[in-house]
Amino acid sequence: MKSAGFTTRWLPILLLVPQLSIIAIFFYWPAIYAMQSSFYLQDPFGFGSTFVGLENYSSLLSSSEYMKVTRFTVVFTALVTFFSLALALLLAVKADNVLRGAKTYRTLLMWVYAVAPPVAGFIGVMMFNQSWGPLTELARSIGWDFKLGVNFNDTASAMILVSVWKQVPVNFIFFLSGLQSIPKSVREAALIDNRSSFGRFWDVTFPLLAPTGFFLLIINITYSLFDTFGVIDTMVKGEPGNNPMTLVYKVYVDGFRGNDLGGSSAQSVILMVLVLALTIFQFRLVERRIHYT
Amino acid sequence: MADTTHTSENTVARPRKSIKWGTVFDHTVLILGSLFMLVPILMVLQTVTTPDLETIKNGPGLTIGTELDDNFAKAMFQASGFSGENTGTSMLINSLILGVGFAVGKIVIGMMAAYAIVYFRLRFATFAFWLIFTTLLLPLEVRILPSYEIVQQLGMLNTYSGLIIPLVASATATFFFRQFFRSVPNELVEAARIDGAGPVKFFIDILVPLSQTMIAAMFIIMFVYGWNQYLWPTMITTDEDMYTLVRGIKQITQDLEGTNVPEYGRANMLALIAILPPVLIVIFFQSWFVKGLTESDK
Amino acid sequence: MARVHLETIRKIYPNGFEAVTPTSFDIPDGEFVVLVGPSGCGKSTLLRMIAGLEDITEGTLSIGDRVVNGVDPADRDIAMVFQNYALYPHMTVRRNIAYGLQNRKIDKATIEQKVQEAATMLNLTEYLDRKPAQLSGGQRQRVAMGRAIVRDPALFLFDEPLSNLDAKLRNQMRIEIKALQRRLGVTSIYVTHDQVEAMTMADRIIVMNGGKVEQIGTPHEVYHNPASTFVASFMGAPPMNLLEARFEDGMVRINGGTPVMPAPAARTGNVTLGIRPEDVRIDDAGDIPFHVDLVEELGAHRLLHGQLGDQTFSIHAMKDEPAPQGATRLSLIPDNICLFDSETGKRI
Repeated sequence: MKSAGFTTRWLPILLLVPQLSIIAIFFYWPAIYAMQSSFYLQDPFGFGSTFVGLENYSSLLSSSEYMKVTRFTVVFTALVTFFSLALALLLAVKADNVLRGAKTYRTLLMWVYAVAPPVAGFIGVMMFNQSWGPLTELARSIGWDFKLGVNFNDTASAMILVSVWKQVPVNFIFFLSGLQSIPKSVREAALIDNRSSFGRFWDVTFPLLAPTGFFLLIINITYSLFDTFGVIDTMVKGEPGNNPMTLVYKVYVDGFRGNDLGGSSAQSVILMVLVLALTIFQFRLVERRIHYT
Repeated sequence: MADTTHTSENTVARPRKSIKWGTVFDHTVLILGSLFMLVPILMVLQTVTTPDLETIKNGPGLTIGTELDDNFAKAMFQASGFSGENTGTSMLINSLILGVGFAVGKIVIGMMAAYAIVYFRLRFATFAFWLIFTTLLLPLEVRILPSYEIVQQLGMLNTYSGLIIPLVASATATFFFRQFFRSVPNELVEAARIDGAGPVKFFIDILVPLSQTMIAAMFIIMFVYGWNQYLWPTMITTDEDMYTLVRGIKQITQDLEGTNVPEYGRANMLALIAILPPVLIVIFFQSWFVKGLTESDK
Repeated sequence: MARVHLETIRKIYPNGFEAVTPTSFDIPDGEFVVLVGPSGCGKSTLLRMIAGLEDITEGTLSIGDRVVNGVDPADRDIAMVFQNYALYPHMTVRRNIAYGLQNRKIDKATIEQKVQEAATMLNLTEYLDRKPAQLSGGQRQRVAMGRAIVRDPALFLFDEPLSNLDAKLRNQMRIEIKALQRRLGVTSIYVTHDQVEAMTMADRIIVMNGGKVEQIGTPHEVYHNPASTFVASFMGAPPMNLLEARFEDGMVRINGGTPVMPAPAARTGNVTLGIRPEDVRIDDAGDIPFHVDLVEELGAHRLLHGQLGDQTFSIHAMKDEPAPQGATRLSLIPDNICLFDSETGKRI
């Protein structure tokens, strides 16, 4: 709050009413509702529900399918996060190096930010078309008979590739802006202190980029967990079947298609706890984020 | 003591003008990276100009075809669903309504709330702050089913308000404007009060004009975010005349599977129409967009 | 330690701007040279070319016996102190100072010993394990110095190192840097826009303007025998008084006719007359009328500002000299008058 703030009573309340009422109805109510229904078992025919305590949770945790989805989600998240961060860092460092064409490269490397995940998924489906997809043919040329939507691992690889393609631009933008905020003279001092450009990168640039990196790590994990929904949904072409899926996708499939509100809610609550933990971790990072002055 | 006319026994050595291999390598990496980003969209662009039979036979090639008009007409005016109402035109309009409605809603509500929190001495300001900022913790995806149930109970399925308002229920814009307002110098509000401006006048005459760049940046980010929404529209809109382009993309993908002569041209054209508006906005307003994106995390 | 030699060094930026016109000079071993001039005069560009941070467009630069045009900054055997210190924010003071040495494969014991020595010299011993953000401005300045010292370079480069400090600290650090340089005897090039720093620290001053060297000389020479009106008005506070004058009848005349000194052989026409405020006396018997508008009291002395004819003029008066207000009369010390060509501004 500003120390020199206004003292009017009614105006701030009036200003806050829209925001507060929307979040009350569309945030707090559903969140509480989810927690509540996670303790109930809903009749499949819609004739009310019975209180079952933690049964929804325990059956989830003992379900081998849920564990399989969890394992896949972890692997998927780790790979997408790693590759999109690594690729973006490499490109940002190079884009920061060059003088000529820097602006053109920036545009070419960031526009995909604005492509919706399911549309990215659609393009992936095209690229991996069974009979003529350019990437299918590329895979074939190295002896890999790529079968999107049929072979679990092939589908998973395609999902990861598309998700990385979609996420590189955000990371690129943040890394580039992080690089550009490193004082020029600090880099020049390093230029005098260390003749190896690789050494300069590891000793000076990389540590100074670490705060951006940690921030992006959380962003990328969240992205891999949630925002890839559209990629997955289009790439399995609406037929989850034996295809790989993430935890969020399973919430949707069980709850919306399978009408298992209780089980789906329990999954939602587990995810909420996960996100909460991630976000608190992130806030603590931001708080501790080293402010070099 | 030496002076400016000093001559040296060193004969003038030309500075070396060799090729800088490091620079060549940098450019190579960047060009490969740009191609990685570009090739998929080039394939889409090629397909929309090519007759479907050609694509089915040979896949995407390097030649530019002549079917652009046809595919555009099919995409914009021909419907694929049962009701015949999800033409490209109607989906485009719905996408625009969602994008603009979401962005405007977010900005207006966010600015109002941020103004109240930053500039007023309010007893429950801290409490309101926490109520609002807790929403940053849980993305819509994890509370999607209960949200659906509630919107259904409120009778808002297949309405624009049901589509937009629940999406507005997170505090990203509020958080952003709060950060920005806090960076506005205190002297400004003091000067305004000395000049006799009340809270409403201060907001309209000073704070809003000062925030112009921020509003523009927010608008771009929020428009793109709204336009690209998928999961929520998929659940909330079941009537085909309410489909957005992004929501329709799954049906478009599925349509390609079931038929003998998949309409690749039309499908890719719809994908292209779904991509272009947000991409063009991001490209043209790049500096605002980057500023808004990278400053919102501070 | 080394001699530095610049041979027609020139800098043209890719956009065609010539930041430094061909410049040659020589700095003997152990000398402290100050590059001074207004902002944009090319002094920083020149320094950065010597450091290797900026490409040299034309000319030859040698440090010691070696031409270093194409040599990486890390291999030039130099150390640089930056305007905003450029400390590595994520490293401790100890690592900041040691970093350059670690990259030269020097053994740990030697590094530790050198760091300790430098820390002692600069009163930094108790801060060695802190990060730069936990230090005051003056302490950061010292760390930047320490980083330069431990390298035992052939050449120290300073890029306006004191401009981020407050006035008191600046005066103190000025003396410390100068004393340190004396002690270590390392050839040094120091860039500043502050003429007081230039006067007090330099063995020799290089005054630059618009990418060109205006004058090279000792502080005494630059102050008392400026080579151009630019140098005359840039060095000294208040600057040298410059008056429009004419050669007439073998005399230099100001103020529409008052003769002040004999003209050099057979010259006629306009001339610019320069005289330092301290070379003017209030003198009731003088033949130059002066009107004092404002007296600046500075303790040990006063500055009298006013009008000489239709031109502004300043006088320096010691505290026991008279400081009249309003109309009075002056006399100039003819020996200390400098004459400049009124077209080119060059010294006659």
